[in-house]
Amino acid sequence: MLYPGRMTVADSHRAVEAVWQIESARVIAALARMVNDIGLAEELAQDALVAALEEWPRKGVPDNPGAWLTLTAKHRAIDQFRRRDTYQRKLQELGRDMELRQESAEAELDDALDDHIGDDLLRLIFTACHPALPVEGRLALTLRLLGGLSTAEIARAFLVPEPTVGQRISRAKRTLADKRIPIELPPPAELPARLASLLEVIYLIFNEGYAATAGEDWIRPSLCQEAMRLGRVLVGLMPAEPEVHGLLALMEIQASRIPARTARDGTPILLLDQDRSRWDRLLVRRGLDALRRAEELGTLGPYGLQAAIAACHARTLTPQATDWERIAALYRLLAHLTPSPVVELNRAVAVGMAYGPARGLEIVDSLRDEPALRGYAHLPAVRGDLLAKLGRAEEAAAEFRRAAELTRNVRERDLFLERAAAL
Amino acid sequence: MRYLVTLKVAAQPDGPPPADLMEAIFKLGQEATEAGALLDNSGLAPSSEGARVEVSGGRLTVSDGPFAEAKEVISYALYEVRSKEEAVEWTARFVKLHRDLWPGWEGQADVLRLFGPEDFAPPA
Repeated sequence: MLYPGRMTVADSHRAVEAVWQIESARVIAALARMVNDIGLAEELAQDALVAALEEWPRKGVPDNPGAWLTLTAKHRAIDQFRRRDTYQRKLQELGRDMELRQESAEAELDDALDDHIGDDLLRLIFTACHPALPVEGRLALTLRLLGGLSTAEIARAFLVPEPTVGQRISRAKRTLADKRIPIELPPPAELPARLASLLEVIYLIFNEGYAATAGEDWIRPSLCQEAMRLGRVLVGLMPAEPEVHGLLALMEIQASRIPARTARDGTPILLLDQDRSRWDRLLVRRGLDALRRAEELGTLGPYGLQAAIAACHARTLTPQATDWERIAALYRLLAHLTPSPVVELNRAVAVGMAYGPARGLEIVDSLRDEPALRGYAHLPAVRGDLLAKLGRAEEAAAEFRRAAELTRNVRERDLFLERAAAL
Repeated sequence: MRYLVTLKVAAQPDGPPPADLMEAIFKLGQEATEAGALLDNSGLAPSSEGARVEVSGGRLTVSDGPFAEAKEVISYALYEVRSKEEAVEWTARFVKLHRDLWPGWEGQADVLRLFGPEDFAPPA
């Protein structure tokens, strides 16, 4: 029996799967280093899971389940290589003698578990987020290999059919194999770009969930949790990278608002209208801690700056007390680092709050011909808000109606139309 | 989803916990943190340093510890995990350390789910 007590077969299978969720990424990572093929590593790890599902419910969970899974999968790898006629070729590819490896497998396992686990995991994450892969492939592969999510769960989370996710994953694995992308840490010269690609994937996972918190299906918001979990894992693996802490800070502070950002009927509640007592204090505290670590490590990057902006709100008990001058200054830094019309639009809001609507409007007007903002509902919405504050009601109403036409979000459309009608 | 785990001791040998146990607990805590599962944890001072505020029969009473129960709560941990089973697995690892490294120790850990935003979601 797995754990003595009142456990059914289904219970014990779920318990094995929980161990799998905790250990799978590290098992796959250790195997990937051994066989130098992510797809094969995952298959072997899955075989080990099947073995665990057979054995653990009878014999109990071994003391070190991660080591058990890794060792079992390694033995399968050796068996497979033996059977395959590609044995010799694989051996040459690996440049190592598998027979010898089998004898030393136990010793090597300790080695693998103690010294390389961190590096193995990092190699796996960097490979899954390799820029040679299309973004959706990176997302699916990361959730699958690092999150232990099934294809069905990923499909549900991204609202796409299961076969589509399956194809994305297999195509991504094939691309890695075809392009002979080595499973290794990026060379120092490539690190900044590769790290950016990795952080982007995690933040995309987060936003996919964050954008959907009004939905009925809670697996989507659970993507926020998965992204934060990956962020926390990454902080453990790369504790010296300020942007890793910065991203975690940003996600935790944003997620702290989830309990307050929708009304009971699902209507979104804007940041300044939220009941701040409903913000998740634990996430706020953790987010601020992560931001402080990012600041201590060096200059803030784009994620760190966005976290610093979010922190301005998180630290403030009432919206009236918000330090808009600081937020406007942080947006200026962010615009300098990552120039974008959307950042400028956000800066316009902050400037309008800090220095009066006329100053904000100047910035918005300079963005009106920006091609990237054509069709972007928030441009007229921000302009409408500033015009309303300046007492130019008719122009403001027209802007809100324009914003209502542009948005594809029904709830947001209602909100804009309400504002137009109220003027 | 979040789980609060409280550890209660029923019986333990005299003297401080073995250094091996403390080291193993620290290592497990680090592992759970690096796995992104452990959000917060702490040991708790004996209830003799605490107090109890109680309502009974319409009367509010405040009494200083120690509390009369046989089992003292000695630590808590807050996990964010994907399933109850995962919280149970981390807890089982934690309790196992006590069994293996402090012979004679007896106790229990309760695994309780915290309500989250999902519990207050609008009706579908």
